[in-house]
Amino acid sequence: MLKINELHARVEEKDILKGINLEVNAGEVHAIMGPNGSGKSTLASVIAGKEEFEVTKGSVVLNGEDLEDAAPEERAHKGVFLSFQYPVEIPGVSVTNFMKTAINESRKARGLKDMPANEMLKLIREKSEMLEIDRRFLSRSLNEGFSGGEKKRNEIFQMAMLEPKLAILDETDSGLDIDALRIVANGVNKLRSKDNAIIVITHYQRLLEYIVPDFVHVLHNGKIVKSGGKELALELEEKGYDWIKNEAVV
Amino acid sequence: MAYTEEELKKELETKEYEYGFYTDIESDTFPVGLNEDIVVAISKKKSEPKWMTDWRLEAFRHWQAMEEPEWANVTYAKPDFQAISYYSAPNSKPKYESLDEVDPELLDTFKKLGISLDEQKKLAGVAVDIVMDSVSVATTFKKTLAEKGIIFCSISEAIKEHPELVKKYIGSVVPQKDNFYAALNSAVFSDGSFCYIPKGVRCPMELSTYFRINQAGTGQFERTLVIADEGSYVSYLEGCTAPSRDENQLHAAVVELIALDDAEIKYSTVQNWFPGDKEGKGGVFNFVTKRGICEKNAKISWTQVETGSAVTWKYPSCILKGDNAIGEFYSIAVTNNYQQADTGTKMVHLGKNTRSTIISKGISAGKSQNSYRGLVQVNSRAENARNFSQCDSLLMGNACGAHTFPYIEVKNKTAQIEHEATTSKIGEDQIFYCNQRGIDTEKAIALIVNGFSKEVLNKLPMEFAVEAQKLLEISLEGSVG
Repeated sequence: MLKINELHARVEEKDILKGINLEVNAGEVHAIMGPNGSGKSTLASVIAGKEEFEVTKGSVVLNGEDLEDAAPEERAHKGVFLSFQYPVEIPGVSVTNFMKTAINESRKARGLKDMPANEMLKLIREKSEMLEIDRRFLSRSLNEGFSGGEKKRNEIFQMAMLEPKLAILDETDSGLDIDALRIVANGVNKLRSKDNAIIVITHYQRLLEYIVPDFVHVLHNGKIVKSGGKELALELEEKGYDWIKNEAVV
Repeated sequence: MAYTEEELKKELETKEYEYGFYTDIESDTFPVGLNEDIVVAISKKKSEPKWMTDWRLEAFRHWQAMEEPEWANVTYAKPDFQAISYYSAPNSKPKYESLDEVDPELLDTFKKLGISLDEQKKLAGVAVDIVMDSVSVATTFKKTLAEKGIIFCSISEAIKEHPELVKKYIGSVVPQKDNFYAALNSAVFSDGSFCYIPKGVRCPMELSTYFRINQAGTGQFERTLVIADEGSYVSYLEGCTAPSRDENQLHAAVVELIALDDAEIKYSTVQNWFPGDKEGKGGVFNFVTKRGICEKNAKISWTQVETGSAVTWKYPSCILKGDNAIGEFYSIAVTNNYQQADTGTKMVHLGKNTRSTIISKGISAGKSQNSYRGLVQVNSRAENARNFSQCDSLLMGNACGAHTFPYIEVKNKTAQIEHEATTSKIGEDQIFYCNQRGIDTEKAIALIVNGFSKEVLNKLPMEFAVEAQKLLEISLEGSVG
């Protein structure tokens, strides 16, 4: 599904990614871990096509298609979803209205007509029930006055609504207490299928107890320095990132 | 590709006027220039009674002694009032029994505007008194209204048919010498709408007028008079679009609202006069005086969506004369390219327990300047007066300006006045968030702007709100795709 080849990227003249290679297949969950400043969030932004990051070398290929010239919204239409670490507020725009717009824009890109209102309502009901979201929540302004947990749940709700092929969860666990974490993780697990792939970006092993990955990669200084199975996360937790840093130096 | 702020700004600036077309209809136009003879000729042309002619002449004499105001935060080349023709009426003047009799080209124009009368008739009971180049050419739903004793007609017709009402109320809220433009309007007003709701009657439909300027070089001087008698209710909609034109067109309307005891008037405007092109060339000068008076327990609510005009000078106001009167002002003003808007309201509290609410949303893009100017005045006798004002500004790019000029004059210490103001900018992170969900930049801006304006959009009648939302998008979207 996703193939990242020798990816180099910089922001404001500073090299952040220095040769990332990663292959993610449908049905897989990959965890990307690493210390602060290792380039985890940059990788997420580059895959999503954020303009301020300049790709200087290498490529991101989704289902055989190089994404180099694709605008962020085109990438979204092709099935890329990013759950933001810090979701932004859009005052006066309800969650429902935002989702309706997003879904219909993606349909338009595929040459489809707007989703009929009753179908939209059905979809909203189904997904909000699945994620145990109170429907009153959906009429509130997007992320405005949301708690940390609500913001992250809202991201996962959007993921459920948009049914992406590739979902990248950027630090979805940050700012969540254990209950909120469990709810969000359960939601993600319900969305796992053989047809989609998920990349979980996290600093801590905690989230991976709930969303169990097939592969774990450790990012350090803009490169993947170690890959392994889910047990790698535990090893990391135990030995700390210094272990990786030291190993990288060796 | 995603957008940098620089590109975004460029796009916003390249937006061209959507309704830029011009219908070629033979018109009966006066020679340019203004003097007493012209004023008399206008009055004669409309077969007005002598008292009306005299009233116009009195206004003209005041006007001659007045100076164009310069205090607004706008700059423009002052119009040459002697280079304007003060009367223009479509030639095929007789009133029509049915739409079939209306000039097909005119109907076509309405269709382009998306306000075909056919549709209007079918739509949620909207009676339309269409003012096209100053003379009403079609009026619908008159019968239904007449059954309730409601009078809804052109002001010229009202002068002839209901002189006692016109004589009593015209100039009672906006006197002839109120200001330079009001005086000019009083002297030369061509036509406009008149509405009277009898005691205790609730008008069963939204009354609606569409204004357009269509004749090159013709100033448009509309006069609207709405009288809601005791305990009555009316919702009045006014919407305008104008064709693309190179020269500046002057628009100086006067709207007077009278809400007698326990009456309520809701006056909604969607204004989309030609704003000028992206270099700031052309565009309508919109110098409007709108004011309402509230007697005891009466309520007047102004809602406006202002997206057009090169220069806007407009302050729909309320004089809260009676005890317990309520005044409201809800406004969205959008400026783009080189547009300039200086708009706001005046709430004059005279009666006891009078209340007013002001919600103003200013959106500036391109190189435009958007000013809110508001006055809250509490008279010494106005015990327990209350006002709440909220002025929010949204900026796009770095070349535009948002200004707030709130004036508060309180002469009674029991008054409670609250004023809140915010200024924000559409952030690149907001745009990227939308992009990531599959929403392109153009649509994202529309979404954010609509969200920002929601409190005011919600105050508009349903069918108008949809139109207004579209207008906001048209006014701010770039030429993407």
